[in-house]
Amino acid sequence: MLDVNWTIKWLTLCAQAMAENRLYLIELDRAIGDSDHGENMDRGFQAVLEKLAEVRPETPGAALKLTAMTLMSKVGGAAGPLYGTAFLRASTAVGDAAEVDPAAWAKALVAARDGIVARGKAESGDKTMVDAWTPAAEAGQAAAAHGAGNVLEVLVAAAEAAEAGAIATDPLVARKGRASYLGERSAGHRDPGAASSALILRAAVEAAA
Amino acid sequence: MTVRLVVVSHSEKIADGAAELAAQMAPDVVILTAGGTADGRIGTSLEKVMSALDQAAGGDGVVVVTDLGSAVMTAESALEFAGDPADVLLADAPLVEGLVAAAVAAQSGAGVEAVRLAAEAVYAHAPGGAEASTAFIAGTVTEGSVTGKGPDFTGDFELVNQAGMHARPAAKIAGGLAALNAEVTVNGVDGTAMTSLMTLAAGQGSVLHVEAWGPDAERAINYVGGLVQAGFGEP
Repeated sequence: MLDVNWTIKWLTLCAQAMAENRLYLIELDRAIGDSDHGENMDRGFQAVLEKLAEVRPETPGAALKLTAMTLMSKVGGAAGPLYGTAFLRASTAVGDAAEVDPAAWAKALVAARDGIVARGKAESGDKTMVDAWTPAAEAGQAAAAHGAGNVLEVLVAAAEAAEAGAIATDPLVARKGRASYLGERSAGHRDPGAASSALILRAAVEAAA
Repeated sequence: MTVRLVVVSHSEKIADGAAELAAQMAPDVVILTAGGTADGRIGTSLEKVMSALDQAAGGDGVVVVTDLGSAVMTAESALEFAGDPADVLLADAPLVEGLVAAAVAAQSGAGVEAVRLAAEAVYAHAPGGAEASTAFIAGTVTEGSVTGKGPDFTGDFELVNQAGMHARPAAKIAGGLAALNAEVTVNGVDGTAMTSLMTLAAGQGSVLHVEAWGPDAERAINYVGGLVQAGFGEP
């Protein structure tokens, strides 16, 4: 079961991952975007840490909502509203529950993915973070449905699918976002948003380990 | 009370400048701006948008006009955080033209939906907006043929003011018509679309042919006729 301690640990590890991968994301974004993704994500999650130090949320949902609000205000660019919406929808999905079971978390992942799609209007194969989130949400659901009842399995399945999804954006030609202006030249580079999404979902596993 | 407007832009200067321009034609309309990030950079800030929406609440509804890409997303997110209030509408319109058209419509007392439509009608004359324009004309023609007759009322009015049709007269016509329950064309273009009226390039001495359908058709003709014959209050 995922409780508020797990949620806070996850968000803390997200901040750590963004700080450690700041240059990696900047490099990815320099190739096909405006090279601010690493900086924006690092700033956004540092701000989340500051918020968590000010007010300690009492439920996973409250922590996710706080994160949504903070990322939307601090990240800037398209990633702010996209991640903000993802965390907001996940927060709504888990509600006020003190603990989130594997099935509920799988639903939260689907809600997050749906939020990103609704906000960004991107589809699978457009070379965006949707290419990480859709396989992650589907793998999470499949793992939850297998009925092992082990939340770690859901987290691992989602993280692995997101990582594979991010890698699979390499050959794609971007059809959404800044990279789409590059057309064919966007092929051969990993999508920065898919890469940061994979980092976030991997941190979720580490927080539960 | 009127509909209030919120401008969301990546740039504080653009938001403030567009609001200043619109205020000139709609002095009584409350226009709030959310331009740039909280720390003065280029970008959009959820907090700024939410604060502008908060301040805009309490009137007869709010229409939000945005600039590029993520400004739309930020505005949508702010609405989602606020629980998607029914009287706050996002207009899909070019920032400057859309804001001016919305402000003029709000000034004339149009409701929140009409103000949004006034902003979006601007697209009818934007590049790639031909479809919308045709749709509007086709819509009116269909309606006319259903009843088996032409427009409910028509009028021909000669422009007497020296400057003819320009921004301010176009704003007055479009704004007033947006508040009426009628579909109106002026020389074949949507009478509620300020930019369409301006593109008529009708000078002094030109005749405006006005056709109107719907319950307020007669009022619409009288409204345009009155304005034109009074020279829009200009020399």
